[in-house]
Amino acid sequence: MTMNSRPSYAIGTGLFILLGFAALAYLATQTTSVANVHQSHSYLVKARFSNIGQLKERAPVKIAGVRVGSVQSIQLERGKMDALVTLAIDDKYDDIPDDSGAAIFTSGLLGDQYVGLQPGGSPENLKNGDEIVLTQSAMQLEDLIGKFLVNGGPKSSSSGSSTPPKSASSGG
Amino acid sequence: MNTLVRRNWFLNGIAQVGECGLFFLGILVALPKSLRYFREICRQVWFVGAMSLVIVMTCGLFVGMVLALQLYYTLSIFGGTAALGTVVALSLFRELGPVVTALLFAGRAGTAVTAEIGLMRATDQIDAMEMMAVDPIAYVVAPRYLAGVIAMPLLMCLFNALGILGGHLVGVTWLGVDNGTFWGNMTSTVDLWKDIIDGVWKSLAFGAVVTLIAVFQGYNAPPTSEGVAYSTTRTVVFSAIVILAVDFVMTAFLT
Repeated sequence: MTMNSRPSYAIGTGLFILLGFAALAYLATQTTSVANVHQSHSYLVKARFSNIGQLKERAPVKIAGVRVGSVQSIQLERGKMDALVTLAIDDKYDDIPDDSGAAIFTSGLLGDQYVGLQPGGSPENLKNGDEIVLTQSAMQLEDLIGKFLVNGGPKSSSSGSSTPPKSASSGG
Repeated sequence: MNTLVRRNWFLNGIAQVGECGLFFLGILVALPKSLRYFREICRQVWFVGAMSLVIVMTCGLFVGMVLALQLYYTLSIFGGTAALGTVVALSLFRELGPVVTALLFAGRAGTAVTAEIGLMRATDQIDAMEMMAVDPIAYVVAPRYLAGVIAMPLLMCLFNALGILGGHLVGVTWLGVDNGTFWGNMTSTVDLWKDIIDGVWKSLAFGAVVTLIAVFQGYNAPPTSEGVAYSTTRTVVFSAIVILAVDFVMTAFLT
């Protein structure tokens, strides 16, 4: 074998390395959302909630059930003691009315929480840095159970300040 | 003094760790010199990496398949089989891929490296190299070390890829999870940097420690057939312990 001849193992080594990187590329592109990596093609919108429940960063933002972006950051706003949630919405959804509302929903009974946007009717659209004023906090399962227990049954509404006489007698 | 140290297994263990650390420094010092032996590195990548492909890929496929089976059973208790793809992918990328690949690698490539270097020592080849002014650390040990560190993450990626395919095979084709749900939930949860690249870091660390143990045990093997056999066994035992311990520490720091 001269110095310039190709060793027999060179092809095997090359194939192995190429195969390894191909597998990495496959994992990176097929099993992750590429949208999570490219944060630059989105605009940021703020929303304040009095309680975000179990909402986490990277949770999806949906309109009519379709994913349009993700939660970028969650902070406690000093002074107001509100949760300041920054939503990163994909650039292609640039026609969301600026009087849209945001609410925190749960997918399924015990599933992950996400931010749902309810489109308004304003001719103006949300832009980078805007704030969604109309927000609705996360529904707390524990609160519901608590109200259910205190009010004694599903018939009495939780919002009513005037308690029915029946539940008053059974609740004590 | 030396016999006193040898008699105490505790001090002996500490001395082994110290020798291993010094050996590692020796490899690091010899690394620039060993880059001259590029062909040797290339051949070792072929030997420890490409030759381990069959076992790693087969095991990856089966681990993915059994993960899907077991997790489908567990998730169906909670009515959450839609999360099957997510759970299979996260368990593989974050934990099973790096660890199982490293254990297989220790069994397949680590033992081979230990036995090879140990026999070189037993048959005086290493002494002969030293006589010919060829640094055995730079020519024998460092290329094998480098090859192990290079090969391990690549093997892990292949293990993961085959595991995902195996999970898909069982979950979607056999158990009837919806194809779109399987991939959709997976892609929306798995993060490239937090999950896949963290696995690559783990894998690099495992490659570094497993190959270090393999070359150290081989280089310091007693020059008898029994000594080589004993060193080969110790490579597997020490590798398994160190892999799982390092895995715990790295998981605690990376998450």
